[in-house]
Amino acid sequence: MSDYNTMELMISVAARNLEDGASVAVGTGAPCAAAMLAQKAHSPNLVIIFEAGGIAPLLPTMPISVGDSRTFYKAVMASGMCEVMETLARGMVDYCFLGGAQIDMYGNINSTVIGDWEKPKVRFPGSGGANDFGSMAWKIMVITPQDSRRFVERVSFITTPGYLDGPGAREKAGLAVNTGPHKVITNMAVMGFDPESKRMRAESIHKGFSFDDVQENTGFELLKSPDLVETPEPTADELRLLREEVDPNRYIIGR
Amino acid sequence: MFEVIAEGTGPLFMDPDADKAREFFHGKNRALVGKVMTVSEAVAKFVHDGEYLAIGGFGANRIPTAICHEILRQRKRNMAFAGHTSTHDFQILAAGEVFDRCDIAYIIGLEARGLSANARRYMESGKVTSCEWTNYAMACRLKAAAAGISFMPARNIMGTDTFKHSAAKVVKCPFTGENYVLYPALWPDVSAIHVHEADIYGNCRLKGISIADLELARASKHLIITTERLVSNDEIRSDPTATVIPYYLVDAVCEVPYGSYPGNMPYEYFSDEEHLKMWLTVEKDPEEFKQFLDKYIYGTRDFNQYLELCGGIARINQLRAMEHLIDTVNGRG
Repeated sequence: MSDYNTMELMISVAARNLEDGASVAVGTGAPCAAAMLAQKAHSPNLVIIFEAGGIAPLLPTMPISVGDSRTFYKAVMASGMCEVMETLARGMVDYCFLGGAQIDMYGNINSTVIGDWEKPKVRFPGSGGANDFGSMAWKIMVITPQDSRRFVERVSFITTPGYLDGPGAREKAGLAVNTGPHKVITNMAVMGFDPESKRMRAESIHKGFSFDDVQENTGFELLKSPDLVETPEPTADELRLLREEVDPNRYIIGR
Repeated sequence: MFEVIAEGTGPLFMDPDADKAREFFHGKNRALVGKVMTVSEAVAKFVHDGEYLAIGGFGANRIPTAICHEILRQRKRNMAFAGHTSTHDFQILAAGEVFDRCDIAYIIGLEARGLSANARRYMESGKVTSCEWTNYAMACRLKAAAAGISFMPARNIMGTDTFKHSAAKVVKCPFTGENYVLYPALWPDVSAIHVHEADIYGNCRLKGISIADLELARASKHLIITTERLVSNDEIRSDPTATVIPYYLVDAVCEVPYGSYPGNMPYEYFSDEEHLKMWLTVEKDPEEFKQFLDKYIYGTRDFNQYLELCGGIARINQLRAMEHLIDTVNGRG
């Protein structure tokens, strides 16, 4: 297959990381499309959870808001924010998806301010539920464009915890053990985290790009996995499901 | 005594003292009396300059839009605001420069729709003192207040700058020695929540997700309810399982059909994305935005007049069809 766009590739790659029987806390947009695709392609028992209270909906269309009525359409439960966040705190949510203005080598995410907090150059929405997801889910997934202004050595504000300043830092701060950033999926590559140093490393490079291309668009020294491979392309079946069932109006894949 | 490991440096806008709150709630009337009034009466009576305000729902889902508009019309000022799951409500209140203190969990944005240019200008203007939190942190603060205790522990936020700029504290658990963050209780002076059904006393039913509204209703010193429709007290008593907010928490009941517009109301009508897009577009030019506000909010008498300007019942019918996934053009649904 070669006839696909970057968004379709990123969504397909994200979907393959969501195994059957797992649970995933998502927002709107690409993460939601990935969860819907995973459900249709290979993980019919994937539990989709939205922060405002929607639990295991049968999503009829792509939601616009994480609290709109689509997020609990034919759901098993229309609950509330505490129910959802406490489910994360109990360790029952495997994955969460996050985005942000900046991400650093330890997977820390900034969605609060660029510049000084007191007198910000740019003010963003803040944590919302991101810190909650990133603190309490087992594994953090990120879908974001590869860009050296976005992938920075140190984020100017840690809104949501990655591995903070390195190995053991999450646990030392008080966050649950064995949690943290898992995959960062971009238009060029899939990054994971080195198990020892907790630093971001390239694990697979998308067709048409080299490791150097990815490094050039990263504002810090990117590590390289010993098993670096080319990212498998989306299959014909994944593309069909994505285009015909998940996002027929091309709200996400048309971006 | 807990050992305090770390403290946020952010300001605390409300006193978390549980006994003072108990004293207040002790004085709250438990008599079954009618509380129906107009939106303008409710805002005049219960929303006061300088006080702490919270809005229920989730930004553009089940929000009390009429109350937000009326707060602007009555030119309320110098309030503190709970910027919790707030999107379109924040956009409206920022347009009126209603607040000068803000607890921030999520502000400025309208989720995937984009950022509010005006709300951003307001937050970058230096006119607002703020404190950082997360959505769950704010829900915990309300939950503590609802439980009548001065804090609630949780397991998020620790180690981040969000924590550093909050007013939370990290302590050691006296049982296990692990670190936990403690969130101070938040008792808002006044809140407004939009529901599906309420009786004249304020017994409320809502359908779909409750977000943090059950906690908010119990934490708030004064509570204004706007409801899609009034139902009889007999109807409420015929199915007490369905009551989620009991009357003695409520101070005012306002019947506002389509009251979450342009937001989504579950099982009733979908959000008006075209109208919300218009807000985001006109906000880019402050002069154009001023004219927009004059036309839609300051120049309207009440919510009904605003609804008429936005297309009235004909538009609502389209949004109803969207909510129920009915395709009226192709005859499917």
